Amino acid sequence: MWAVFWCVLKRDLLLAMRRRTDVLTTLFFFMIVVSLFPLGVGTERQVLQILGPGVVWVAALLASMLALERLFAADYEDGTLEQMLLTAQPLSLLVLAKVGAHWLLTGLPLVLIAPLVGMQYHLSDAQIGIMMLSLLLGTPILSLIGAIGAALTLGLRGGGILLSLLILPLYIPVLVYGSGAIEVSVIDLSDTMPYLSLLGAFLLAALTLAPLASAAALKISLE
Amino acid sequence: MLEVIGLECRRGDRRLFSGLDLALEPGTLLHVRGRNGSGKTTLLRTLCGLFTPDAGEVRWRGESIRALAEDYRRELLYFGHLNGIKSDLTGIENLSIAARLDGDPVGIDDVWQALARIGLRGFEDLPTRMLSQGQKKRVALARLILSRAKLWVLDEPFTALDVEAVALLQGLIADHVAGGGLAVLTTHQEVPLTSGQVARLDLGD
Repeated sequence: MWAVFWCVLKRDLLLAMRRRTDVLTTLFFFMIVVSLFPLGVGTERQVLQILGPGVVWVAALLASMLALERLFAADYEDGTLEQMLLTAQPLSLLVLAKVGAHWLLTGLPLVLIAPLVGMQYHLSDAQIGIMMLSLLLGTPILSLIGAIGAALTLGLRGGGILLSLLILPLYIPVLVYGSGAIEVSVIDLSDTMPYLSLLGAFLLAALTLAPLASAAALKISLE
Repeated sequence: MLEVIGLECRRGDRRLFSGLDLALEPGTLLHVRGRNGSGKTTLLRTLCGLFTPDAGEVRWRGESIRALAEDYRRELLYFGHLNGIKSDLTGIENLSIAARLDGDPVGIDDVWQALARIGLRGFEDLPTRMLSQGQKKRVALARLILSRAKLWVLDEPFTALDVEAVALLQGLIADHVAGGGLAVLTTHQEVPLTSGQVARLDLGD
């Protein structure tokens, strides 16, 4: 069964490698949004330190939103999604593989570039560490929940806007606990544990439920 | 082996067909005919389980395809209006992935042979977006050579193919049916389907 999971994961990564621009847009979007704030509100150290955690997370939400629309759309247009529905494999497993590839291409780069953003906002090393950790736990949740929305809005006209309206409210808990973890890390590192634990719990819940929900939504969308 | 009982399908308010009964035995080819918009594609998608009928059900080996789910899909091959191949991948990659997902991984040699047989020798490792419409269709049809599915559901398989490819495809279908397989297809072209038992179904009367 896992052979199929790896097969779909490798396929999506291979496709992304043949179209690198799509991957880079998300990353550049994130970097640009994050860099706009110091330009807009001034470069005062204290202001930026307060704004930093929130800005990073809001930018991460928007960046992940940006790439979601294409998650199933390309496969839908050329009929490969239809063929996936007709294979003798559980659809939720194939969805999980696709979401996994999506996260590796859009979520993981954000985690890796986070130290650069941290420096821009004068965050301490400890804070940057917590930021990376919270992004590492949080961005997969964004991809998983987003997949449900992407599956539901598949093939609709103006699906992109609808997708944002549908999914952004669901991202709020991740935003609150993700940026919360970075904020409290200024006071005491051990205070971040509850935040990170909650993010971890969200991630586990999303990992088990989101693929099932997305698979069900895909079946409806393809009828 | 494939049974359809009291099938009714609607698109919006329009009833496409109702009370449709069918029973197909192994070694049969069903040719579905009808005007544009008479519900041929809907019927074929219903047979695959992609479309939920408003009434009635489809049975495979005596059991509802809803209940069989993955066991049914393992024995099914559907060829729709969309080719179902990725334009950024080569023919070889497309076919290997499709075979792996169908649950019967094939050797790389078999894939090369299948593409050669379908008339794409020399085009195997080009991204399929560089190929012509007919050649893309051939890549998709190479799945028929590799597949071990018992039931083939083919929606307009002959469009965009040249004479040579049409003959090849006819041969493939005939072999499949002669070997005890089942095939359901639609086509507007006058293609002589000279395989064993040919049943016909006219929709939209």
